[in-house]
Amino acid sequence: MSSPASKTSVDPTTIDTKTMIPTSSDAAAKHQTAAPKMRAANINFYYGSFKALHDVSLEFATNRVTALIGPSGCGKSTFLRNLNRINETLRDTRIEGEITLDGENILDKDVTEIRRRIGMVFQRPNPFPKSIFDNIIYGPKINGMLRHGNAAEIVEKSLRRAALWEEAKDKLNESAYALSGGQQQRLCIARALAVDPEVLLLDEPCSALDPIATAKIEDLLVGLKEQCTIVIVTHNMQQAARVADTTGFFLLGKLIEHDKTDIIFKNPSRRETEDYITGRFG
Amino acid sequence: MTSRNQRRNIVNNVMLTSTGVCAFITVSTLFLILAYLVYNGGKSVNLDFFTKLPLAPGQDGGGMANAIVGSAEIVLLASVIGIPIGFFAGVYLAEFGGKTFSFLIRYTADLLNGVPSIVIGIFAWTVVVVPMHHFSALAGGFALSLMLIPISARSTEQFLLEVPRAMREGALALGASKWRTIASVIVPAARKGIMTGMILGVARISGETAPLLFTSLGNQFWAASLSEPTASLPVMIFTHATAPYEDWHRQAWAAGLVLLGLVLIANISARMIISRGVSLPK
Repeated sequence: MSSPASKTSVDPTTIDTKTMIPTSSDAAAKHQTAAPKMRAANINFYYGSFKALHDVSLEFATNRVTALIGPSGCGKSTFLRNLNRINETLRDTRIEGEITLDGENILDKDVTEIRRRIGMVFQRPNPFPKSIFDNIIYGPKINGMLRHGNAAEIVEKSLRRAALWEEAKDKLNESAYALSGGQQQRLCIARALAVDPEVLLLDEPCSALDPIATAKIEDLLVGLKEQCTIVIVTHNMQQAARVADTTGFFLLGKLIEHDKTDIIFKNPSRRETEDYITGRFG
Repeated sequence: MTSRNQRRNIVNNVMLTSTGVCAFITVSTLFLILAYLVYNGGKSVNLDFFTKLPLAPGQDGGGMANAIVGSAEIVLLASVIGIPIGFFAGVYLAEFGGKTFSFLIRYTADLLNGVPSIVIGIFAWTVVVVPMHHFSALAGGFALSLMLIPISARSTEQFLLEVPRAMREGALALGASKWRTIASVIVPAARKGIMTGMILGVARISGETAPLLFTSLGNQFWAASLSEPTASLPVMIFTHATAPYEDWHRQAWAAGLVLLGLVLIANISARMIISRGVSLPK
């Protein structure tokens, strides 16, 4: 059932002898000793009869940024969308395996509570057709987090965390669509942060944005990891290199390799990873 | 070669001309009807028409106040019954129904939409008029609501499905339940479209005559309650136009003009709502 190859791929001993084995072993050991925030174990996922993920196991270290890279259709977004169980809202899908958050299997728990604790930002900005203020307050409202008079406070705090406060503070009651694309995406990040998630999932959050808006969001992520664990899917390898502590490479529904980002980019242990990184792929 | 070009040009011109003529006929029909109504009934549309009761044949003047109010009552009744049922059925179709079951409901709704209105009238007569032993506005409202249900269900479904999936996922990802997502994000986003569909549906049923002939019948005077035979504009047109009196014919033309005017106003205001309805991001 489980392919041994995908398991050993994260094992540092398989790394080329020329690499500094001690360093990467230390890093791997450190990753293993600190309890990971989330853990996915032997995930198989099906769209109807199509198997999109093959036995994927991956750990997400607390307060770290993990990037998932790979060619289109490799399963990285599918994998990410299982981490908050948003995939189960699609018809005719099935998951096998275990995903834990702080050691508890999220597949057995109440899905709305899971999604409050694990926030998500999507590929295209998707603000609600409401004011900026109401967009931010939506999550706290439906999760019963509003106390008398704390709405304005939550909105300001969330917008500051998403580095949007200065630009938005004078138009909180205007439609969210009055913002530019990059601002809308930061609004969506602020909206996700407003419910104090422990994990933030981002599904190619910059693919619809220009380089300046992208840079803002990347800066933001690096600061945000102090407060939550971040998983970002990106097809932009430079982006992974800039923001991620560790990077996982997906190919054809399998996790080929997961390691510290500089190792993945400078000295990957798998041939497929190296081919992809160097652009020799396909 | 030149003869082929000539033939091509001739075909081109003939087709262009005939499509143009057909387009002209389409547009001019409405204006012809409108002009004819104004020519024949324009003079009789005065304050009396809206405030007075119909007079006996031979007496000049009088109005159709009872029919205008009666029509409003019947259409209001139909809306109160038909819009909520159609709306919720549409929500079910768009959001909850499984593949097979949705197909069944959708197909049934389309069939119901295609049932000749006179058959709807006979049905309402059988289930409401016969047991109650008399014609009534209630029966008329019931008959028209049967026509409104499939119209509003399908238009609600259509506009809900136009809300991007990303918007649903945005709300679900914040921990909203499915119903909460629909009620607080999806329906508000589709609000303008849904309202437009409802207005068009109401405009459409307000001109129906056949179902009312069997149900609310008609009345030369004010109806004292909803359970009495009640005058309505379409039926009034029918009875006045088929009577052998010249002055009644004029009143029938006037009633037609007023009815068409009301329907046009409803249509135009619905279009204005939707054209200003920028509730979704581009």
